Amino acid sequence: MLKDAGMMALASLALAMPLVGFQTVDRGAGIVLDTRFGAMFYAVAVIFVGRLLLLLIEAGHASLIQAATVALSAAWLINVAFHLYPITWPALGWLTWIVASVLAIRAWIVQRRATRPAAGYTDGVEKLGALVARIGPYLGGIAVAFAFTMPFMPFADQRMVDLGILVLTYIMLGWGLNVVVGLAGLLDLGYVAFYAVGAYSYAILSIHFDLNFWQTLPLAGAMAALFGVLLGFPVLRLRGDYLAIVTLGFGEMIRLILLNWDDLTNGPKGIGSIPRPSFFGMQFTAAPREGVTAFHEFFNLDFAPIHRIIHLYYIILFLALLTNWFTLRIRKMPIGRAWEALREDETACRALGINPTNTKLTAFAIGAMFGGFAGSFFATRQGFISPESFNFIESAIILAIVVLGGMGSQIGVVVASILLIGGPEWFRDLEAYRMLAFGGLMVAIMIWRPQGLLSHREPTIKLGPSPGARSA
Amino acid sequence: MNAAGMSAVPLLRVEHLTMRFGGLVAVDDVSFDAADRQITAIIGPNGAGKTTVFNCLTGFYKPTVGRLMLSPAVGSEFLLERMEGYRIGQRARVARTFQNIRLFPRMSVLENLLVAQHNKLMRASGFTLLGLFGAPVYRKAEGKAVELARYWLDRIGLTARADEDAGNMPYGDQRRLEIARAMCTEPHLLCLDEPAAGLNPRESAELNDLLKFIRDEHRIGVLLIEHDMSVVMKISDHVVVLDYGRKISDGTPERVRNDPAVIRAYLGEEENEALPPEVEADLRQGA
Repeated sequence: MLKDAGMMALASLALAMPLVGFQTVDRGAGIVLDTRFGAMFYAVAVIFVGRLLLLLIEAGHASLIQAATVALSAAWLINVAFHLYPITWPALGWLTWIVASVLAIRAWIVQRRATRPAAGYTDGVEKLGALVARIGPYLGGIAVAFAFTMPFMPFADQRMVDLGILVLTYIMLGWGLNVVVGLAGLLDLGYVAFYAVGAYSYAILSIHFDLNFWQTLPLAGAMAALFGVLLGFPVLRLRGDYLAIVTLGFGEMIRLILLNWDDLTNGPKGIGSIPRPSFFGMQFTAAPREGVTAFHEFFNLDFAPIHRIIHLYYIILFLALLTNWFTLRIRKMPIGRAWEALREDETACRALGINPTNTKLTAFAIGAMFGGFAGSFFATRQGFISPESFNFIESAIILAIVVLGGMGSQIGVVVASILLIGGPEWFRDLEAYRMLAFGGLMVAIMIWRPQGLLSHREPTIKLGPSPGARSA
Repeated sequence: MNAAGMSAVPLLRVEHLTMRFGGLVAVDDVSFDAADRQITAIIGPNGAGKTTVFNCLTGFYKPTVGRLMLSPAVGSEFLLERMEGYRIGQRARVARTFQNIRLFPRMSVLENLLVAQHNKLMRASGFTLLGLFGAPVYRKAEGKAVELARYWLDRIGLTARADEDAGNMPYGDQRRLEIARAMCTEPHLLCLDEPAAGLNPRESAELNDLLKFIRDEHRIGVLLIEHDMSVVMKISDHVVVLDYGRKISDGTPERVRNDPAVIRAYLGEEENEALPPEVEADLRQGA
């Protein structure tokens, strides 16, 4: 046990030496290397003790450790509260406290595992998924009702509605990608490419051809779908990791093309003054052009910028619900079942006479189409787009939403979007530690819900009660 | 050469089938016929090339040499060696199962059977467009597809578990479900790759009944690869024996059972017990 902990400490020493042990300090005349061996040894010591205690927990001394950590935390809190013992380095205390709480949680898990059979855990995950699937329609109804009324809630200020728009955009993207990743099982790391194609198609078409939002939207979607097919063709034979790498490359290619095709995309400067969507021809401006009615004039309201934002909110809500309706429906169609079958076993599909080429291409095209719709919306909301908005991290976030939500789960995507997109906004108060908290949340989900938050699959069709019941 | 008296053109005629992988000849100039409404078994020791024959028939491999002609009782003839893999299932209606079961484990039993009817349903749903808006045409077609699935579920005794994941079924049920799934494609020829592998005697007997039912009631040709001689001898109408990629015997089960070439291939030649002289010389030197 001591040996194990010692090895761990040695390994952490090797890591901590360059990372913690040295610090570059700017001293006017240039950067100087400073040493921080104290901090380094402290880190190593914490790891040594922590590992030792973890091993003790595994060896069956869980309650002992629990008591010790509780006592330690209590001592620490009392010390802070009454200033009994002066602390020279506050971070040291916090670190101890974090280590103690990690140990306490671990001890609790070990104890719980001892009292319950191990299989109970995965059952629990499945049960939660099944429960959500059962109450899904109600839950969905409540969520939709909330989404519809949200802009008129007392707490809904401009920032809140803006956040709602952002979250809904990602929900829509998540639902779109779910077709490709969740249903067809094609790992796509370049989904943002279709988002970009949609946005640029929208911007270029609406500026050069003077089309309005609802005219441009289907064109932009069709354009993105076309790119989906273009990507689909070369990658048809690839599976798993190889497919992921190629789609990643495709995403980068689109971004680089946008960056370098100056004549069409205006390069890194981006495209600005993209027309805003109007409400049945009415604009959301304080002083409309000659011959155009403004929204606030028509409805006899005072001009407020939030009207425009609420309008955008309802557009994206409509688009997202359309995506949801479509994906829920198509899952029950032969093509949807073929996608899932293809995910399960391509060889068997081939033997059953299913054309894998067409089936995969439709999945890519439909997923890309929704990405394109979302991209159009993004363009019209921002009024300005540049290649910077479409880098790899966007693809990663959308994929993370799908995976965290539980592949193929529609409600899972909603929950994951709220966590992943709303989360960093709520953690804003934590300032520099915002991303740390975010990362911690992700790690926690991966530990406790490796299959995603809600991973449960309902059959697309159920066998009726008896053959006599059906009038044939 | 063929077992029973049959019409001039057999359902499947394999002529001079040869499959080479680089220098390895897996199947070497094999010719045989498989008749409609009969069970034809392909047997042979491990590595004899049985599965390779299947893979050529079902389009997973393109044969190096040879002709594979399927002549269904109704409709046109198909030259399988010229068809793209999935089209053999779609057009020529040759269905197959796999040695290691290949169901869609995370889809329900019923869904497995509906995926098998994909092409039919795809047309009925107007390639998804009609189906998306719930057109009655599609709903009727889906109802019919469910009825066909229910028919096979009743036959294999899985009706009560139709809505459970296929992957949760016991092994024997999965084997039969895979056969039911292949039958849902309404094939002219059903190819089964070791359907009795891993089954206990009772399940094996149930399988025999199922295969006979398919032959007699659905009047299609069945081609099967099998190691289990109790299955082969009981239900086959015609047996083809392969060894080292060549056909060594072909005929009724009785004939094949007594063929010296078959006995040699399965039990080994008695002369083989004596080592070749040069090997013996090497051994003596080494000792």
